[in-house]
Amino acid sequence: MTQAPPVYETYARRFRELEAGRSEPDWLRELRREALGRFLDLGFPTARRGNEPWKYTDVGPVARTVFGPPPARPPLPLERLRRTLPWRPTWRRAVFVGGRYRPELSHLPAAGEEVTVLPLSRVLSQGDDLLERHLARYATYQDDAFAALNTAFFSDGALVVVPDGAEPERPLHLVFVSPESEGPYVHYPRVLVVLGRQSRLCLVESYLGLGDGPYLTSAVREFYLGEGAALEHYHLLLEGEAAYHVGQARFYQERDTSLRSVFFGRGCAIGRNDVRVDLDGPGSEAYLHGLYVTTGRQHLDNYINIDHIKPHCTSRLFYRGVLDGESHAIFGGTVYVRPGAQKTDAEQEDKNLLLSREAEVDSKPALEIYADDVKCGHGAAAGAVAEEALFYMLSRGIGPVLAQTLLIKGFASSVLDEVRLPALRTQLDRLLVDSLPRLRTEE
Amino acid sequence: MVRRETDMAENKREPVLVLRGLRAGIGGVEILRGVDLTVHLGEVHAIMGPNGSGKSTLVNVLAGKPDYEVYAGEVYYRGRDLLSMPPDERAREGVFLAFQYPVELPGVRLREFLRAALDAVREHRGLEKLAVRDFNRLVQEKLREMGMDAEFLKRNVNEGFSGGEKKRHEIMQLLLLDPTLALLDETDSGLDIDALKVVAQGINRFRGPDKAVVLVTHYQRILNYVQPDYVHVLIDGRIVASGGRELAQELEAKGYEWLRQAAEAGRRD
Ligand SMILES: Nc1ncnc2c1ncn2[C@@H]1O[C@H](COP(=O)(O)OP(=O)(O)O)[C@@H](O)[C@H]1O
Ligand SMILES: [Mg+2]
Repeated sequence: MTQAPPVYETYARRFRELEAGRSEPDWLRELRREALGRFLDLGFPTARRGNEPWKYTDVGPVARTVFGPPPARPPLPLERLRRTLPWRPTWRRAVFVGGRYRPELSHLPAAGEEVTVLPLSRVLSQGDDLLERHLARYATYQDDAFAALNTAFFSDGALVVVPDGAEPERPLHLVFVSPESEGPYVHYPRVLVVLGRQSRLCLVESYLGLGDGPYLTSAVREFYLGEGAALEHYHLLLEGEAAYHVGQARFYQERDTSLRSVFFGRGCAIGRNDVRVDLDGPGSEAYLHGLYVTTGRQHLDNYINIDHIKPHCTSRLFYRGVLDGESHAIFGGTVYVRPGAQKTDAEQEDKNLLLSREAEVDSKPALEIYADDVKCGHGAAAGAVAEEALFYMLSRGIGPVLAQTLLIKGFASSVLDEVRLPALRTQLDRLLVDSLPRLRTEE
Repeated sequence: MVRRETDMAENKREPVLVLRGLRAGIGGVEILRGVDLTVHLGEVHAIMGPNGSGKSTLVNVLAGKPDYEVYAGEVYYRGRDLLSMPPDERAREGVFLAFQYPVELPGVRLREFLRAALDAVREHRGLEKLAVRDFNRLVQEKLREMGMDAEFLKRNVNEGFSGGEKKRHEIMQLLLLDPTLALLDETDSGLDIDALKVVAQGINRFRGPDKAVVLVTHYQRILNYVQPDYVHVLIDGRIVASGGRELAQELEAKGYEWLRQAAEAGRRD
């Protein structure tokens, strides 16, 4: 980029200020500089032709906004956090508000609980072996402006380490709160999860917006699954109405690993749920289920890539969308089967329920197969609530709002039934209904 | 027109359903072409007719299926204008339609569905919501009466049910929700003799002095088990004959053709 527009100059200046105040190991300092360079070179992606990953999402508003830092000590409606999120007393929890770790809201696992959770703000200055080994290895930023942006700027987040063979009992909940603020701000949640060999973990990550104003959440999470490890993963996207959210999850799976992930996403001004899974060891499986709910003028773009690099792996990518108002949702799922990834077993399907005529979904499941001995399938569908089904319910005396609610819950159940934490399941059922204003008029 | 006069006016009981000159159809195409019918509490009316004669249209219009348009005529249910009520209100007021083709509800568990329906009708009748235990007991009793396993409660409504199970399930709901007027659309079709008996028993259990049944059927077979008070023959959207039980036997022996011809001859006059 020869002539950087003012927005980019702001990012560059902000970076220099931050760098001056940081005392980080050389490798990290280098990494960040490189990332900033890539960000400035690439610029924000545009929804122009030929830019397939961003074909349906225009991040122009993000590129044009000058975001300040998050509010320093914003008021926190704790009750609302407790009500909205699955806030269980038995779970372990790390809470970040506006990108900063908040110990008084958190409850980290104690020593001996077979998992360590460290706020990144506490490890970045002294450095950490695992951090150096894994950070930015899976969320590569060379061709990805948002990953580059986050890598250059993140200052806090969570480092989660499960030692070899460890099986922590309690679910771990990472909570990233976007607080209310006077003006637009940006925060950069960052997560690195390292699962040792034969270990397992149940992790919930939540992104919750409290205000109605615009802000940008640029979140990057990297998950490393060592040989034989199993990760049960839940991801809740509940940003504010005017929020811009670009979330990127990168799962790297060694041999014989198991990933079971369930996503629940509510739309916002611009939402992006970007997931990549690298099946880089034979005998591994990745089950990705997702439910997205968009209303009003919300926009949510699910961009999911599953890469079968090694043979004998199984993947399932099953998403469902419920769309209302004039909202726009996208499902772009691509399953790659590399040459040599024989005996791949992959399926993906995206189904959508359109509650209004103005809602729009672009559903593009795709397979790219370069091996011959594989079993792969994909499908997409979109339709309105079945009138016959609705009438059947009405004919039993069930009111129209409850009838719709039951049908929508029924539609969503193939995703939500994958949730193995009962408290979370209950919460998601409620969030589903709460996310759809048309279901709130009666009852 | 062949008409066997059965003097219903003599009946002093409350007319639960009155149809006068009902014309209805779909997309401007008239299917029902002037139907008159009066049903009193305590009565079972069989409506017979060949395929495509408008039997399902009739009961669906009464239940308020949105696809159908009413072009003319009036319908009163317990003295109230039925056609002005939304379908869910009709159901809460006591009109029940057993579907010819019960609808599958993907992802909706039978227990949850029955709970919602029962809560709705009970609330409307000013009854308290049943406690979970009482609800379970009641539902299981009704399932048992229709020869259905309690395992059905965990399944999705009508999904993967066999043809016979779907029909038994409809009658099970009839017994559970306990409406006033049952509209049964070919609940007998596709049933083997054992299932037919179970379904017939269910209907007979429902019958009573403060209930009414409109039993739509293609065959007279079920009428051996559910004895109707009146039999009507619907052809081309019109009731061309009404009579007692013996009319059904006559139809069984002679088929519908003689009535169709007689009706057409009558129309030409
Ligand atoms: N959805 C529909 N659209 C158009 N025509 C219909 C529809 N449903 C029924 N019909 C027509 O209306 C007539 C009566 O149908 P129906 O009431 O189902 O008859 P029956 O139940 O007696 O077999 C038939 O000619 C049928 O083709
Ligand atoms: Mg029919």
